[in-house]
Amino acid sequence: MIAAARAIVRRDLLLALRRPGDVGTALLFFVIVASLFPLGIGAEPNLLRAVAPGVIWVAALLSSMLSLSRLFAADHADGTLEQMLLGAAPLGVVVAAKVLAHWLISGLPLVAIAPLIALQYDLPASLYGTLAVSLLLGTPVLSLIGAIGAALTLGLRGGGVLLALLVLPLYVPVLIMGAGGVDMAAAGLSPQGQLQLLAALLVVAAAFAPWAIAAALRISTE
Amino acid sequence: MLEASNLDCLRGGRTLFRGLSFSLQGGELLRIAGANGSGKTSLLKILCGLLTPDAGEVRWQGAPIRQLREDYSRHLVYLGHAPAVKDDLTAAENLTVACTLAGRKASPQDAQTALERYGLPADAVAVRRLSQGQRRRAALARLLLSADAPLWLLDEPFAALDAAAARFTEELIASHVAQGGAAIYTTHQDANIGAAVLRVVELG
Repeated sequence: MIAAARAIVRRDLLLALRRPGDVGTALLFFVIVASLFPLGIGAEPNLLRAVAPGVIWVAALLSSMLSLSRLFAADHADGTLEQMLLGAAPLGVVVAAKVLAHWLISGLPLVAIAPLIALQYDLPASLYGTLAVSLLLGTPVLSLIGAIGAALTLGLRGGGVLLALLVLPLYVPVLIMGAGGVDMAAAGLSPQGQLQLLAALLVVAAAFAPWAIAAALRISTE
Repeated sequence: MLEASNLDCLRGGRTLFRGLSFSLQGGELLRIAGANGSGKTSLLKILCGLLTPDAGEVRWQGAPIRQLREDYSRHLVYLGHAPAVKDDLTAAENLTVACTLAGRKASPQDAQTALERYGLPADAVAVRRLSQGQRRRAALARLLLSADAPLWLLDEPFAALDAAAARFTEELIASHVAQGGAAIYTTHQDANIGAAVLRVVELG
């Protein structure tokens, strides 16, 4: 079981390494979206500081959406998904490994680059920690919830749009908690409440989402 | 071993087959024959549990496969229509991942030997550089590492293969059956496998 999970994570990371373009797209998208806002709303430092947490979080949300539609589609097309469904390990475990790999490829780089974006918005350095922690706790939840949508819309025509309609509303709590935590810290309050709620969301999502994804995959591959 | 009873299959509002029943013991070989679109692939998918039949059930050693899930799939090798190899990985990498997923231990050395026996070049090239037939060989090499799986389900195993590879595959299936395993394969040609008990299910 562990061996199968490890093999999937290793395989997906290796595939990402051989196709660096796919990883780069999501990251570049994040950077570009976050950079467009200052151009659109003007270079008023106080305003930028105020909108920064929200903008960075929305950009992270959209960029994590971007790579979701490919999460199972490629495996579905070349038949490897069938082999996962017929594997010796429970499907939930295999799927959890796939989501972990997806997060390592598309979520973790966002966490790493977020302080750079924050610099653009002139966020005080004291907030970088909170921002990074909130993203670190929040982006895996985005991957987990998004994977349920990706599994449900697998093989549908126009699945991409449907996926966004399905998943974005479910991202709202993560967005509120994540951006809210940074806002709290910016106001000089403790962000702990929000971060703990995010951590709780992560625990619940990690425990239940893989089984939901597995069930959705079984339905959509029939 | 494997028992199918009263299987119905409807796809897209069309009845592919109705009331199909058969059973398969170790040492038996079953060929699913029929024209294009007669439901061969659907039947194979039903037998391995990827598809739910509209009526009837499949049983493995007496228990319905719906309940067994991984306990059933651990005993089978399924080679589908798509070769299930990743274009950006080498054939050996594909083979090790596939074996690990199926719960079998395969060292890179084992994988390399299996691929060489199937006549694939030993150098590490990504599968995207291989021809259609070589890709098929890379997928079929899993059979060499799955001798312990009692049930083989093969969808068009001879498609895109040249004569030598097709003969090698036939011999592989024949020896698996001779050793007490069971195999089911689909084909629309009259491919002969010189094995013990050959039975045919004709669809359509």
